[in-house]
Amino acid sequence: MKETVTAQAPEKSFEEALARLEQIIEELDHGELKLEESLRLFEEGVGLARYCNSKLDEAQGRVELLLGVDGENILTKDFCIDEEE
Amino acid sequence: MAEVYSVSQLTAYLKNLVEEDPHLQQIWVQGEISNFTRHSSGHQYFTLKDESARLRCVMFRRESQRLKFLPQDGMAVTVLGRLAIYPKNGEYQLYVAVMEASGVGSLYLAYEQLKQRLAEEGLFDQARKRRLPVLPRKIAVITSPTGAAVRDIIRILHRRYPRVDILVIPALVQGASAPQSLVASLDLIGRLPGLDLAIIGRGGGSIEELWAFNDEHVARAIARCPIPVVSAVGHETDFTIADFVADLRAPTPSAAAELSVPEINKLREDLGAMESRLKNLLLQTLEKKRILLSKAATYPDLVRPDRWLALRRQQIDLAREEMVNRIRNKLEGKKHSLLKKIAKLEALSPLATLTRGYSICLREDGSVVSRAGQVKPGEEINILLHQGELCCAVRKVKEEREG
Repeated sequence: MKETVTAQAPEKSFEEALARLEQIIEELDHGELKLEESLRLFEEGVGLARYCNSKLDEAQGRVELLLGVDGENILTKDFCIDEEE
Repeated sequence: MAEVYSVSQLTAYLKNLVEEDPHLQQIWVQGEISNFTRHSSGHQYFTLKDESARLRCVMFRRESQRLKFLPQDGMAVTVLGRLAIYPKNGEYQLYVAVMEASGVGSLYLAYEQLKQRLAEEGLFDQARKRRLPVLPRKIAVITSPTGAAVRDIIRILHRRYPRVDILVIPALVQGASAPQSLVASLDLIGRLPGLDLAIIGRGGGSIEELWAFNDEHVARAIARCPIPVVSAVGHETDFTIADFVADLRAPTPSAAAELSVPEINKLREDLGAMESRLKNLLLQTLEKKRILLSKAATYPDLVRPDRWLALRRQQIDLAREEMVNRIRNKLEGKKHSLLKKIAKLEALSPLATLTRGYSICLREDGSVVSRAGQVKPGEEINILLHQGELCCAVRKVKEEREG
């Protein structure tokens, strides 16, 4: 019998992944699980931890200055603190 | 001979005297407020008193609106006003233009009063405080875009947690227009998508410079902000009204940045810890299963399966016997009731009459002959007796006449 490895949905956010990871640990800790289920959760959990780590390596967030809001349009420009000195 | 005046004349003379005196037209008076009443028109009436004298005072709506605090009975104040005489009731009173609280400053008094009012309204209730997101994705920073505070906040946010997006919403943070500007920026947040936390603040300054953060409208704008707000007014010791109403108060802008995002290195550590916990839990699970297995191996049924089988076989035998008995009993019952039914049928059968000597005449096709005319001479018929039958040939037919 072949287990299908559940791949992470690409859209899962860091927060969701972290929350799921915590939930898996909780389940493994308290749940009376079957061996197959434990293995499946473990595999998922390790995948999530790796995913979260890779997310932390992502590029630096943006810094913008709000210039104005005109109806639906939000006007911003990049805000660089070093230039301000 | 002394001159005689009318009351009006004397009052007009006094009124003139008082109102012509420049000193009485712009005079500071200090005293304690009593009998304070606020008329629905907005005018305020009260008496200023000290140990041995009283002075009636009125403060019109326009002047009252400029007051930073609410006058109350017993409050020590210094007022600036002009003295005038009201001829109709012959009384003089002070028309107050400016009122300052004596002792503690007016600003302080205004602050205390607003604080008390908003607290009574429940704006500072702990239950209203929202939890900050664990990992904010985009943070709004409402402050002056040119101050040191904005640079401190951005630098620290990104040092701790480089992933976060930051949107600086510019606002005036001091001066007369600051409250209005802060309110406008706060109210923009609801129209900007993706924000999940706001920091509002400024760097340190004198209490007057921080005053915008004690404004009632700013407090209410913070309270109605759709996302959690961290206040960061740069003053370690003094709390502003904004601090009380914010979901979290940070003593300085830098501290606000630190409280708003987690340390990325700490997060990595946490993730590492979670991964090893996962592994440990799996090992524990495996160990548990192994123990269960070895326990199972000592169960008597597993050790001597033949005994278990013998027991099961015996149960099958018993069941089979039981089944046969039940079927047999059922068949016996059916047979008995069948015999009873046969006896009953026999009693009712016309064949029974044959035993009494009657007989039945049948044609070859089996139909019963009840009239002589049904057969012809020479035809062969059968006569059914109680025992046996007779095969006969008709010699002659005698039809009985009808009627």
